[in-house]
Amino acid sequence: MNKGVAVVGASETTELGVIPNLSQQQLHADAALNALEDAGLNIKDIDGLATAGDRPTDLAYYLGITPKWVDGTAVGGCSFMLHVRHAVAAINSGHCETVLITHGESGRSGVGRGGFAAAPSSLAGQFEMPFGPMGPTSLFTLPVLRYMKDYGMTHEQLAMVAVIQREWASKNPRASQKEPITVEDVLNSKMIAYPFHLLECCLVTDGGGALILTKAEKAQDFPNKPVYILGTGESVETPMISQMQSLTSSRAFSVAGPEAMREAKISHDDVDHLMIYDAFAHLPIYGLEDLGFCERGEAPSFIEERNTAPGGRLPMNTNGGGLSYMHSGMYGMYAMQESVRQVRGVAPAQVPDVDVSLCLGVGGMFGASGCVVFSSEPSF
Amino acid sequence: MDKSKRALPKPTPETAHFWEGTKSKQLLLQSCSSCYHTYFPPRPFCPACGSKDVKIQIASGKATLDSYVINHRNHPAFEGPYSIAIVKLEEGPQMMTNIVDCPQTPEALQLDMPLTVKYEELSEDITLPLFSPVGANDE
Ligand SMILES: [Zn+2]
Repeated sequence: MNKGVAVVGASETTELGVIPNLSQQQLHADAALNALEDAGLNIKDIDGLATAGDRPTDLAYYLGITPKWVDGTAVGGCSFMLHVRHAVAAINSGHCETVLITHGESGRSGVGRGGFAAAPSSLAGQFEMPFGPMGPTSLFTLPVLRYMKDYGMTHEQLAMVAVIQREWASKNPRASQKEPITVEDVLNSKMIAYPFHLLECCLVTDGGGALILTKAEKAQDFPNKPVYILGTGESVETPMISQMQSLTSSRAFSVAGPEAMREAKISHDDVDHLMIYDAFAHLPIYGLEDLGFCERGEAPSFIEERNTAPGGRLPMNTNGGGLSYMHSGMYGMYAMQESVRQVRGVAPAQVPDVDVSLCLGVGGMFGASGCVVFSSEPSF
Repeated sequence: MDKSKRALPKPTPETAHFWEGTKSKQLLLQSCSSCYHTYFPPRPFCPACGSKDVKIQIASGKATLDSYVINHRNHPAFEGPYSIAIVKLEEGPQMMTNIVDCPQTPEALQLDMPLTVKYEELSEDITLPLFSPVGANDE
């Protein structure tokens, strides 16, 4: 018997972008119902449920199910990668058979969405908030000047991340921003938090996504091509960006990424397609280095030399990413949806012959990470 | 600029000594008697080795500029673009702060420049540690 787990249903919400006519809860449900249709399943076939942003209790009730396995791990935008990892363990150990993981977020329209303010008595409330940070744009961006000084990255190289992702987005009809841009456009866009310009910051949109996972041995019985989970990893570092151990590397990335690759028994050369959660332009740079695809300090030139661009040898963020495709707040679900589409061979900007897709997520401001290795084959 | 619009920290039993310290213009860290690790933010055990044998240490107030952003979005407590920084204290720990008493520009804010702590009273209970470039307040 081949132990293992596969994605047998995957979908985003019917619409992406600006969706003022749906509450956040309904965005979860819209994605979930689409994923069930993709898998040819009924909601009553689901016996495990995971979600973040809203409580699994809320979603189970809303969807009309009483699961026998629940995961509400909420560590920010990569929570859904951690749900995949936990679901694999749950299915392999027999706690449940078919898991639904949902995400919905009214990030732009704010319909039925809760707040995120740090409590004044939390460590972040005491030792960061008094100094005036205004959410991710002035927190997530804080370490990058240190990276620029230590490794000589230029402003143009940082801007190039956004330029190349827009190239990918231009091939994707569902992307929010499709107009090609130049490095000059990026550097001339509005300054948000020096050294970050508007076009180096993620979009703010509405949307959702859902995945359905079950035993690999049953995966061939579903209407669409199964996508197998070869390996997963997870970690957390700190709720405060000011307390990162290194300002040029994420400890959570450095644990989650290698652990997923070890479990999957893959090497870097086996990876055909890469997704690195890009809330801001420096994230793919940190991710490429922490995953070991580039030596320290080399990711900016690796990107500039078009290795991750259309036609490059390591296609990355092929949906356009959080910078150009969509970003509702917790983008991790969309990164995994693109990995699934690429392995299935149905992505709008399809890369030829994707057998292995590695998907690295971040949560909080470099606070957490989850990593999933997807494959067209049950083992590598 | 209205400093009362800053988010006001609410001390906990574990952090109260730190905020008592800033009120009397002292920056208080903690250090471990077992492994000699000096750390921040406060907690009653050493995050490096787990020992509960820790004591309060008065920091020199000297630091260097490790990284920063200049926030251009409007914040009610600040006038115009302002720096949000991570500084490295002489004793080792990092902390978030604002760099004050100098232009809020990339030219004036050079990484690794030496800084000294100064204190800004927000309320009766809370005084914030801010940092300024060494020499910025010399006559
Ligand atoms: Zn110790």
